[in-house]
Parts: sequence; C-alpha cells; structure tokens
Amino acid sequence: MNPTRAGWLFAAPALVVIGVFFLLPVLAAFVLSLTDFDLYALADRDHLRFVGLGNYLDLLRTPLFWTSLGNTLYFVVVGVPLSIAVSLAAALLLDSKLARFKGFFRTALFAPVVTTIVAVAVIWRYFFHTRYGFVNYVLGFAGIEPIDWLGSADWSMPTIILFAVWKNFGYNMIILLAGLQAIPAELYEAARIDGASFGKQLRHITLPLLKPTMLLVAIITTSGYFQLFAEPYVMTRGGPLQSTTSVLYFMFEEGFKWWNLGRASAVAFLLFALILGVTALMLRLGRRGESA
Amino acid sequence: MNARLAGALVNGALIGLAAVALFPLAWMLSVSFMAHGEASAFPPPLLPQSPTLDNYRQLFGRDGMGRYFANSVLIASAITVFSLAFNLAAGYAFAKLRFAGRDRLFQALLGALVIPAQVAMIPLFLLMKSLGLVNSFGGVIVPAMAGIFGIFLVRQYARTIPDELLEAARIDGAGELRIFVRIVLPLLKPIIVTLAIFTFLASWNDFMWPLIVLGDQSHHTLPVALASLSREHVMDNELMMSGAVVTVLPVLLLFLALQRYYIEGLLIGSVKG
Repeated sequence: MNPTRAGWLFAAPALVVIGVFFLLPVLAAFVLSLTDFDLYALADRDHLRFVGLGNYLDLLRTPLFWTSLGNTLYFVVVGVPLSIAVSLAAALLLDSKLARFKGFFRTALFAPVVTTIVAVAVIWRYFFHTRYGFVNYVLGFAGIEPIDWLGSADWSMPTIILFAVWKNFGYNMIILLAGLQAIPAELYEAARIDGASFGKQLRHITLPLLKPTMLLVAIITTSGYFQLFAEPYVMTRGGPLQSTTSVLYFMFEEGFKWWNLGRASAVAFLLFALILGVTALMLRLGRRGESA
Repeated sequence: MNARLAGALVNGALIGLAAVALFPLAWMLSVSFMAHGEASAFPPPLLPQSPTLDNYRQLFGRDGMGRYFANSVLIASAITVFSLAFNLAAGYAFAKLRFAGRDRLFQALLGALVIPAQVAMIPLFLLMKSLGLVNSFGGVIVPAMAGIFGIFLVRQYARTIPDELLEAARIDGAGELRIFVRIVLPLLKPIIVTLAIFTFLASWNDFMWPLIVLGDQSHHTLPVALASLSREHVMDNELMMSGAVVTVLPVLLLFLALQRYYIEGLLIGSVKG
C-alpha cells in the first residue's frame, strides 16, 4: 500500500462520519428551511411543500422570534464583555509575581468550566432562590430586600448572565494567561526602570500585546454565547414572560415541541448567519485596529 | 504602593475569586447530605445537622439514577473510543500522508468549524429516525464518532513527528498500518490522553442533542435525566443537589486527575485562529 492510498484510507472513516452526520445535515437544513415540513409531513412525505423563503418571512412577522433574538442579544452584549473582564482580571492576578499557590488557584478557578451545565444550573436555581437562597441571605446583611431572581422578568436574564460568567470565565482565563506569559519580561523591566505604574504598564504594554489573544477570546465567547440553550431550559423554561427565551430555545420548541421542522431549520440558519456576520465584523474591526 | 500591601491585595482577590468559584460546588455537596426539607429554611444552613444518605438512596432507588449513570458511562466511553480511533487515523493522515487534495480538504474542514452544531440537528434527527436510531444509544454515539476539532488537535501534534522516522520504516518494508500502530501511536500518547479526556467530558456534559434524540426515559443520560427530575421535583432541593453531585463529581475528579493534559489541549485548540 502506498502512502497516498493509505492517506485516503486513514482519513476516510472520520470524513464519512463528518460528511454524513454533519455536513450533509447542514445542507439538508437549508433545503428543509425552504419547505413547510411539519407533523403531517413527518407522517407522510406527500404533505411536504416547497415554500421558498416563506418560513423566513413568516419568522420576521413572529413576535416571539424577535423577543428571543432580543434576549439572546442581551445575553451576548452584556455577558461577553463581563465574562472577558472577569477572565482578564483572574489571568492578571494569576500572572502576578506576588500571587502564591498559583497551581491551586488556577485549578479552583477553572473547576466550574468542566462541570455539567445542567447540574450546576440546578445548583444556581437553589442558590438564587427567593426565600431560601444564599444570595438573598447575603444581600440581606447589606439591607437589600429579597430579590425574585428567576421569577421576575427583569432579573431572570441578569441571573443567567451571572451564572454564565461563573461557569465560563476559567476557560478564557487560561487562554489569556498563556497570552500574558508570552509577553517578554524585559518590557516590564524597562517600564519599571522608567518608573511606570501598574496602570500605565497595563495600558501601554499588557493590553496592546494581548490584543490578538483578546480578539480570539472575544470571538470564541461571542459565538458560544449566541448558542444559549441549557441555562434557560433548566433554570427558567424560557420564562418568566418569555424573558429568557433564547433563539435556540425558540428553535427547540418550534422543532421538537410543535414539530414545525421547516420553520425551526429557518431559525437555525438565521442564527448561523447572525453568528457568522457578527464574528466576521469583529475580525475585521480587530484586524483594522492592528494595522493602524 | 508598598509591596506587602500589593501582595495581600493580589492574594486576597484570588482567595475571593476561588471562594466564589468553589462555594456553590461545596454547598451542593453539603446540601446533598441534608434531611428532606432541611435546606428549605431561612437562613440557609451551611452544614447538615445530621448527615444522611437518604437523598442518594431515593435517587438510586425510586428515581433510577443508577441506570442513567450507566447510560452516561456507556455513551461517553463509546464516543471516546470510536472518536479516538477515527480522529487519530485522520489527524495523522492529514499531517503526514500525502494524498491528492489533502490540504484543500483540511482547509474546508477548518472552515466548517464555524457552523454551530445545532444547524445540523433537525435534519440529523430525521436521518436518525430513518436509520431507526432515535431512542437508542446509537443516536448519540454514531454522529459523535469523529469530529473536526479532534482531527485538528491530532494533526497539530502529529506534524512534529520527523518524516525520516516514517521513511526509514517504509524502507525497512513496514506497511502503513504497522507504521501507524507501532511508531506513530506511541509518539502521539500525550495527545491521545488529551483528546480522550476532552471527548469524555464533552460527551458526559452534552445536553441538547441527547435531549432531542433520547426521548425514551430508559435511555436518558445523567444531564437529561437531571433536567427532567428538576422539572418534577422543583421544591426538593436536597434531592436535586444529590443528583447534581452524582452528575458533576465524576467529571470533576477526572479533570483533577488529568488536568495537565486537559489544559494543554485547550491551549493547542485555541491557537487555531
């Protein structure tokens, strides 16, 4: 057997799996989004009709779709910067020469990342319980009245954002820490000799040199946060008053509760287009800033 | 600022952050040993008055958690074994075996990484239905038997294998399969551990696809079972915390044992941009 044939044979099993169970379904999703595939079509394919862009136009007239889009954007626009800020702060602390027990702290701060999202969402639901939750108990010491975290439309999304920050900040922390450690120590040495304060070093050395890593982290986090699903599913069921219904939650209900598979596919594609557009924009803005 | 004060601030902030990160997990463990109804009190109790295993008994007895646990172990293990075999072979091929269209194909695969998995889920469900794999372990295992990210990880690592080593083996008359098994795989050992723990944790924690394809309760994985339990027993905090412990503890322990490999994989994976 020559290496060329071996190459194909070695790659083939994985390529077949990815092709049949991922790429093909993605293409099929687009076709499906142009049909009225529903419960009747599921039983008998004769009921299937081609509707062109009908599903997309219909979605644009569906208030709940816009609500879910607004909620998802809220989650992304507040959640991503907050997550990255906490990750950066944690990475700076771990990178500091003054920090002790770095190995322990790194592991402790990273632990939430590997936990099962459903399980920790269950914990947080109790943690933020209006009557018995620990958070309201602690806030009580500051004289703050109990907040109905998951039961009020105003607080439900902030609570889910706090949960996501807690669960995810360790991931970006590790990537940013690696970025910080790649910055040559001589730069700081020189700055210190010139008498630059910590704040000045941060602004003129750390952040500019960390920018490519920050851009990467921002893009990964943004595209991940657009895919919000398990948190509202477990913590709020999309409520109260649909205040935590995300685009994927909407897609899930549309597809697997009402079996409007054509419409649900259109939702999936709109979300995909949105993620692609936003990340492309971030990449362009980030690159332009670099060359300037 | 004086150095001693700065040191105290840095370490104090780290202690505070670590407390926030770990406290919910510690509390989960503590509440899971409380008697029924004990946690629904104000102020919230930190430690159980008289620790009991009642919640775990009910969980594994009446609520059938043992079965979900076994399902999760089976599914995560099967996915790990299959995807290791497929991704290792493919990653090595993309790194070291020249075949027509190889680099263009790899670029296309990397491009496909931007597609969220959920886009494929609806047609995938119909495909699984026609294959008779809905409500079966196969419905979760089969689509996960290979992944672009895993291939990428292996390829990055396999590129460091010197070509001379493989050429020498070929001149000695070794077949390609023999070279892969005897020479390449031992050299890939660190990335095998990394990929194994990554895949196992990801499949263990996975929620949305198993929720869709495993409608039938007897096939549920831990996260799916826990989500449906939590919808039934909204008020039963002690029971829910013990369910969370059973779900989270295995992956947490696995991570603690192999974290060096896990973090390494995370860093290799993140430099792809």
